[in-house]
Amino acid sequence: MTVSGWLTILLFVAVLCATAVPLGTYMAAVYSGRRTWLDPVLDPLEHIIYRALGVDAEGGQDWKGYARSLIFFSLVGWLMLYVLIRTQGLWNWTGLNTQSFHAMPANVAFNTVSSFITNTNWQYYSGETTVSYFSQMVGLAVQNFASAAVGMVVAVALIRAIASRSGTSLGNFYVDLVRTILRVLLPLSIVVAVLLMSQGVIQNFHAYVSVRGLTGLVQMIAQGPVASQEAIKELGTNGGGFFNVNSAHPFENPTAFSNFVEMLAVLLIPAALVFTFGRLVGSRRQGLAVFSTMMVLFLGAVVVAYVAESHGSPAQHAAGLHTAYRNGAGGNLEGKEQRFGIASSVLFNVVTTVTSCGAVNSALESYTGIGAAVPFANMSASETIFGGVGSGLYSILLYVLLAVFIGGLMVGRTPEYIGKKIEAREIKLVAIGLLLTPLAALFTTALATASRAGRASVDTAVTGSGPQGFSETFYAYLSQANNNGSAFAGYSGLVQPQPGNLGAHGITFADLTGGLSMLFARFTPILFVLAVAGALVSKRVAPVGLGTMRTDNATFVVLLIGIIVLVGALTFFPALLLGPLVQGLTGHLYG
Amino acid sequence: MRSLPKDLATAVLAMVVLTVICGVLYPLAITGIGQVAFHANADGQLVSVHGHLVGSRLIGQNFADPELRDGAPVLHAGQPVTTPDPRYFQTRPSGTTPADNAAATTFANLGPNSTVTLRAIQTNIAAYITLNGRYVPGGLTAGEVPVDAADTSASGIDPDISPANAEMQAYRIAAVRHLRLGTVRHLIRTYTGGRGLGVLGEPSVNVLELNLALDRISH
Repeated sequence: MTVSGWLTILLFVAVLCATAVPLGTYMAAVYSGRRTWLDPVLDPLEHIIYRALGVDAEGGQDWKGYARSLIFFSLVGWLMLYVLIRTQGLWNWTGLNTQSFHAMPANVAFNTVSSFITNTNWQYYSGETTVSYFSQMVGLAVQNFASAAVGMVVAVALIRAIASRSGTSLGNFYVDLVRTILRVLLPLSIVVAVLLMSQGVIQNFHAYVSVRGLTGLVQMIAQGPVASQEAIKELGTNGGGFFNVNSAHPFENPTAFSNFVEMLAVLLIPAALVFTFGRLVGSRRQGLAVFSTMMVLFLGAVVVAYVAESHGSPAQHAAGLHTAYRNGAGGNLEGKEQRFGIASSVLFNVVTTVTSCGAVNSALESYTGIGAAVPFANMSASETIFGGVGSGLYSILLYVLLAVFIGGLMVGRTPEYIGKKIEAREIKLVAIGLLLTPLAALFTTALATASRAGRASVDTAVTGSGPQGFSETFYAYLSQANNNGSAFAGYSGLVQPQPGNLGAHGITFADLTGGLSMLFARFTPILFVLAVAGALVSKRVAPVGLGTMRTDNATFVVLLIGIIVLVGALTFFPALLLGPLVQGLTGHLYG
Repeated sequence: MRSLPKDLATAVLAMVVLTVICGVLYPLAITGIGQVAFHANADGQLVSVHGHLVGSRLIGQNFADPELRDGAPVLHAGQPVTTPDPRYFQTRPSGTTPADNAAATTFANLGPNSTVTLRAIQTNIAAYITLNGRYVPGGLTAGEVPVDAADTSASGIDPDISPANAEMQAYRIAAVRHLRLGTVRHLIRTYTGGRGLGVLGEPSVNVLELNLALDRISH
């Protein structure tokens, strides 16, 4: 551990708070239709789009109408992306398939498309050997915008339901979607992309460059329109790397400063949405309470992981390495880049696993047992620690309702949240909604561990020996069910004998199980959230009285943290024990 | 309730509009900005010497010579076997095939509690000591090998090494190139990037730039 490492963490938290508050205020204006500085340009454009789509911009939708539009939009997005990915070769006339890659196999395409539609961006494929610039830019990156916006509008619908005074309208899905993309995601993406290019992220359409190095060895260097995709990959908490090694690749993340920008881009919208929530429900203290809960859990995760990775791994110590920090190097640098070192690697990976981003700038598979237990724990908290854009906020709001209910039972008061009574119907929907994701994660992990087909994805000879093999499998299905997308990358679903997909085939079990799990764990909770919104929207607001349990003070924050930790621990502890914890606690070498 | 065809039509149109805006106009605009404002960066900071491309400042390179037997390169599993060129600073161990493959990056995925990892680290330490040990005053033990020289990088194409690693290799470079140690150390300091904003990341030495500078002052 170093002083500058701790300062990196402090600086990050400070800049995050300083940027999230104004963005939260701005988004509150966007979603309540108040004036913003982009109006003169975007108002006319939006009206043209609404007219083209045949959308009545003034007409609201109840929860069923909102859900129906969302499902149709996602379904059509899925089909279009699948066709585009599978017909990769047909688009060569655009000149954007410089390496003449063939389309990926059908089962891998199923997994990939489901992954990008659900904001997961789990990748069994490797970007620079599988996907053309065209597929990346016109296919995958478009879903980076669309799937992020879908998450955000669901959160907004839930906020409106809590804030609503009358009626059944949650807003209009297409209006919210278009405004999210044009007024939030696109402007921020342009800013982030320019910042990243200033640091050295590439943006071109050249064919891969062949160079003859100083000793005469030939090196082929991949190219591509990276910066535009990198920006939305972080901002939309998508996380799907342009290149196989994601944000560890110097062309995706060339400097420690670009790393800082990327981390900020990941957490910015999830953090800001909490302040948007506070503003829209008319009580900034309510937003602050939720934000405090997230921040406490986040800082805990960062500290544990930083200490663990600085200490080094059992394999390093057995080899006789001294892992104490010395002139630029120290700790567990296996699978980490020199320019980031321990602090910026650990912080990045905590940022991207508390959110549903799942980008990585270092190899999670090579983290120490305890260091890797942190991303496991982050995902076990089901996206409540900031979480994905939108999905983080609606997930933690479900936990808030649960906490209100349990708190109400404990003190014998009618459970109420911001004036809305929480009754049997809501709490049933909340409880089921919260259990769907863990169910998908544990069920698929069990299936993959117990079946020969599931074990085919584990390379027992190299990466997956001993408990690591279980960690790999568990991480794969936990990550996909939580729509996170980060990976213990030893777990494979695509066998690619050579770049370009000639002779490549997928591992059907891993591709299909993962794909179905992602779809299930994205869209069923969304339906439950919208149903909760539908139940809350028309409830009369009860005035705050002496009997009201407060949800904007430290006591409630502690209760909320307790419930999140308890639910996560009760659900996942046995599985965590078998994988990362046994490795982190024993220091034994396997294989 | 709206009709099914109308819902589908709206969804299709919305996807088409979004594809045009986010999938075509946006990346083209960013490409325009990048090519004009950050031209060298946008093209990957490629470096030419005497009109020939020799690499990218951002991409690690394997500074090694192919092993020859009877004039032909020796192959192992279809890849040429190479030995580190002692005249050049060496980059970090790479998990790609072949090493530093910038067209197919991959993590090494070596687990923390694995004997496979132990053997890989031991191999890297042994190679480092073989290359540098005899030049370092007092010899070199495993405990003195900088961690970044023993651990595989994440990308497999890490362009940087730690200052500790560069200082250790400086003895060899000075001896093999018949340079004063002070000269080599001065070059290392010149090509060491500090922490971002003074605190972010780690000080790192760009190996390609350092080796190019070495070639400019000696052969």
